[in-house]
Amino acid sequence: MTRRPVDTGSPDRLYTVTGGRSHTADTTVFDLVTLVVSECDPTPGMQSEHVRILTLCRHPAAVVEIAAELRMPITVVRILLEDLLAAGRITARRPRAAAAAADLPESALLKEVLHGLRNL
Amino acid sequence: MDSAISEAPAQAPERTPLADAADTGLKIVIVGGFGVGKTTLVRSVSEIRPLNTEEYMTQAGVGVDETTGLAHKTTTTVAFDFGRISLNETKVLYLFGAPGQERFWFLWDRLFSGTLGAVVLVDTRRMSDSWYAIDRLEHHRTPFVVAVNRFDDDAAYHSLDEIRQALALPGHIPLLDCDARVRSDGKRVLITLVDHLYKLALAQETTT
Repeated sequence: MTRRPVDTGSPDRLYTVTGGRSHTADTTVFDLVTLVVSECDPTPGMQSEHVRILTLCRHPAAVVEIAAELRMPITVVRILLEDLLAAGRITARRPRAAAAAADLPESALLKEVLHGLRNL
Repeated sequence: MDSAISEAPAQAPERTPLADAADTGLKIVIVGGFGVGKTTLVRSVSEIRPLNTEEYMTQAGVGVDETTGLAHKTTTTVAFDFGRISLNETKVLYLFGAPGQERFWFLWDRLFSGTLGAVVLVDTRRMSDSWYAIDRLEHHRTPFVVAVNRFDDDAAYHSLDEIRQALALPGHIPLLDCDARVRSDGKRVLITLVDHLYKLALAQETTT
């Protein structure tokens, strides 16, 4: 297991990062595998976490990858991403039509996945 | 953004970026008890070194931590690993290694809604871990296959038939052996799952 120690030492830091917000952000926009792309370069004076996200997302990166790179919980990263999205600094490529949990994915998509796996 | 030369390379974490055309992220979850080889399986097929991240879990009201008698809410985190496979220019598959312990399932919907399907990774020396995972996946109506990670030091070898019986696994759910360390085995497990999902989807599409 490659488990890092949980970031228990700095709850204050996480509180500061999100401006004290701790609500569960809208998970339909920022699913774990929503791909995030920067729409601008970081600017001086920008919050350091925003700078890191904008730099990281010059190429598409999933929400979960951003969280791992920033070493922050998913919930905190979602709040940061909401801010950047609201400011038009990133775009979000959402996963397939946020299907209801009980819906099976369609066969055409699965065929594509199978093809990709067989070519590995 | 074509002048990336000015970026300080010392700060850039080591990572392989996705193709710029990537537009669809997909999820498959590998569920299993501690030490069963989830991360090993992810690593064997992932194009990146498995990464680790975590999510908050508020324990109040979920009945997990009743013994402490604390009146206030306590927040803990649940950690999990993941890897990545670029299937083609636009589709990216993320593989999540999810701990099978009880408290984790409270986060299932928040983390894994819309997942294509799951692999239950079984260690025959600790079969009871798998019963619970299978029960929870059925509850969440997540289609799955069962893969038995064969450990070299497993003294009492059980056949797949014996394991199917022990897990009370219905005949239509695929069950296979694997060595989670071997890339071709990891690939075969994933193909078995997606092939299973494909057949389920076809069957559903023809009846509707």
